[in-house]
Amino acid sequence: MHKVLETEAAAPSLTLSGISKSFPGVKALDNIALELYPGQVTALIGENGAGKSTLVKIMTGIYQPDGGAITLNGQDITLPTAHAALGLGITAIHQETVLFDELSVAENIFLGHAPRTRFGMIDWRKLRAEAKDILASMGAPIDPNARLKDLSIANKHLVAVARALSIEAQIVIMDEPTAALSHKEIEELFVLIDLLKQDGKAILFISHKFDEIFRVADRYAVFRDGEMVGAGLMKDTEQSQLVRMMVGRSVERAFPKLDVTPGDVVLDVNNLSHPTEFEDISFSLREGEILGFYGLVGAGRTEVMQTLFGITKPSGGSVRLDGKPALAKNPAKAIESGIVYVPEERGRQGAITGLPIFQNISLPSLKKTSKSGFLRLAEEFALARKYSERLDLRASSLSQEVGTLSGGNQQKVVIGKWLATAPRVIILDEPTKGIDIGSKAAVHEFISELAADGLAIIMVSSELPEIMGMSDNVIVMREGRIAGRFAREHLDAETLVRTAAGIEGDPA
Amino acid sequence: MKALLKHRELILVAAIAVLIGLISLRFPAFIAPRNMVRVFDDTSILAILALGQMLVILTRCIDLSMAANLALCGMVMAMLNAAFPGIPMPLLLAVGISLGAGLGAINGLLVWKLDIPSIVVTLGTMTIFRGSIFLLSSGQWVNAHQMSDAFKALPRAVMLGLPVSSWIAIAVIGLFVLLMSRTPLGRSFYAVGVNPTASVYTGIDVGRTRFFAFTIAGAVAGLAGYLWVARYAVAYVDIAGGFELQIIAACVIGGISIAGGIGTVGGAVLGALFLGVVNNALPVINVSPFAQMAISGAVIVIAVIFNARNERKKGRIILKKAEKAEVAP
Repeated sequence: MHKVLETEAAAPSLTLSGISKSFPGVKALDNIALELYPGQVTALIGENGAGKSTLVKIMTGIYQPDGGAITLNGQDITLPTAHAALGLGITAIHQETVLFDELSVAENIFLGHAPRTRFGMIDWRKLRAEAKDILASMGAPIDPNARLKDLSIANKHLVAVARALSIEAQIVIMDEPTAALSHKEIEELFVLIDLLKQDGKAILFISHKFDEIFRVADRYAVFRDGEMVGAGLMKDTEQSQLVRMMVGRSVERAFPKLDVTPGDVVLDVNNLSHPTEFEDISFSLREGEILGFYGLVGAGRTEVMQTLFGITKPSGGSVRLDGKPALAKNPAKAIESGIVYVPEERGRQGAITGLPIFQNISLPSLKKTSKSGFLRLAEEFALARKYSERLDLRASSLSQEVGTLSGGNQQKVVIGKWLATAPRVIILDEPTKGIDIGSKAAVHEFISELAADGLAIIMVSSELPEIMGMSDNVIVMREGRIAGRFAREHLDAETLVRTAAGIEGDPA
Repeated sequence: MKALLKHRELILVAAIAVLIGLISLRFPAFIAPRNMVRVFDDTSILAILALGQMLVILTRCIDLSMAANLALCGMVMAMLNAAFPGIPMPLLLAVGISLGAGLGAINGLLVWKLDIPSIVVTLGTMTIFRGSIFLLSSGQWVNAHQMSDAFKALPRAVMLGLPVSSWIAIAVIGLFVLLMSRTPLGRSFYAVGVNPTASVYTGIDVGRTRFFAFTIAGAVAGLAGYLWVARYAVAYVDIAGGFELQIIAACVIGGISIAGGIGTVGGAVLGALFLGVVNNALPVINVSPFAQMAISGAVIVIAVIFNARNERKKGRIILKKAEKAEVAP
């Protein structure tokens, strides 16, 4: 398994101390201290929203910290730009590699620091030769002249690693590099990580998968709600301890969940499957029920919801609404039958930000508000007023553009637009992602009221407190399948995380 | 943003007024009502076409084939009229408009069903339409003497002080105002242009909306085809050659964002009028045709810069407001 290195006593390559970062309404990082050692892999563990990606952005010069210090090999440094970070030898490999599809492998490796001839032109011969050497030293079977777009994701990662080697990076950050890889490709990546370690690079490895972390990491650091709650050597810890640190001792249930006795079954989903994204999804949903969907990012939850809403087509299975077949061909049909969907990416998919509030709210209900094919503005305004009052929307007027509202208020517009269609089932995909705490509570309260009014609600969320606080029942998905079902009274944070991550065995 | 656009329309009205004022200082005859009517009538075809193009641009597409569509419909109507002078005008017009709509629908279907970028689709159909005119007419002209009197006279007939072609333009403007402000389809053109992804998630079929935009643009091209051929009393392969760029220019000057989602009927019409006044005024003040082209081009560039500046400003305002909204409880 993992190697215990003799270099434990060595000085850290990169030291972060007292790093804090706030965004309006959210404290993303609070007084973070982290050390990365040469020739070692440090695993960064934490739930979604724990602050991992904010830290990566600070380390790569994309965000500026509000406070704190960064030292590299004992010297204080600042990272005002991404270019500065690269110049100091800090590089990141992301889940979806950020490289240039239309350029060759060799060009990608040397972009920005290509070898030059005496006349300042790019020395192509040298560039190709060096690219070939680096790839050969990695044992990567990649032609340096191939177009990047023709490579598999795994091979693109290899190119990214080759790039890290070519700029003589000291610090390599890997942000969920295995999320899109097959098992074999993951093994190959681990061989490479060993190579980087032998080369003395300090590696920060971010992953949700515990088996990988135990396979590859020497140290760990656990984040929760923007704070570092634990760090140490992998050999001194075990899975259950890490899970406990991630989740916290107890998740408070300070949620405005009303007690509702669920009514009749509204939605009945049977063996819903998709060729590549999910299979065998079966569940039923009752009036007044809030059904939580928990899982890691990429577990297939959003894909299932998009199928129910008619955006993607399933390969098999059935959906029944009030006992009648309701597998939607397109979103318009889904809306008509009474299934509506509040998407995850509010700005891109949810609100039509350039249009005023009243037009956003009335958009799916125009049939209802118009008469013999002509819009009636008065009706539209009345509809918009009704739902903006019900949702306590804060805006100067209903003609205000949605793009000028805060995230929480934008979300209220999106929810209001669906309520105006008088739906039977409302699907909320990460309903409070990226909105401030005050609006979060308001949205939660509102979801709870909707359930009490008899609406059937599906809530996809990656935030444990939200899932545990709001749901009557929880379905956990892992790798496109349902991995567990839990009733509210049996909800337990550790079990949920274990089920989502696929950790075997009993909690310690 | 609405306020900015209103602002934009006021600026255009002011610019047109200043332009007319300056010219009439030297040539008082220019501002005479009869001449103004003539200038408006001269611009009516451009205004009608700009409205059709506006729909397409609103949905983040572009139609380069409008002028070729116009020419093909004009040729078909002229040939029909020459061969069968007995066909009543309303029927002939209906044929022309339907043909235009059909050609526009081909563009729309290609963009919708095959998901090909509209600039490529309409570049192709533009050439196909022009080629079809040649095949139909064997390169022959349809001349004034072959057209029936009714065919030629209709656009020039004067009703209540205005030629019929001007009245047709006014009617089309009225229909577009109704379409854009009072129908669900008009609303969906804006929604699709502002945010196509969110439109999909709201149950709007983006491809279908674009299809309608192209079809309507084709229909107005068919109508304009008749006006053009009857007005100049001639039809041949190259009529309205290069006019597609004038149409797009009118839209750009009128403040219709090439990025989609922003634009008004008033803007498109004023943009066309502005170009119409420039094109009519420059010969009056003895500007050479080559300088005219340069000046028209400069006007377009200025309008684009203006649009870009407007949209940048909008970004800043949003951020400030968003910050304020975030701070508020």
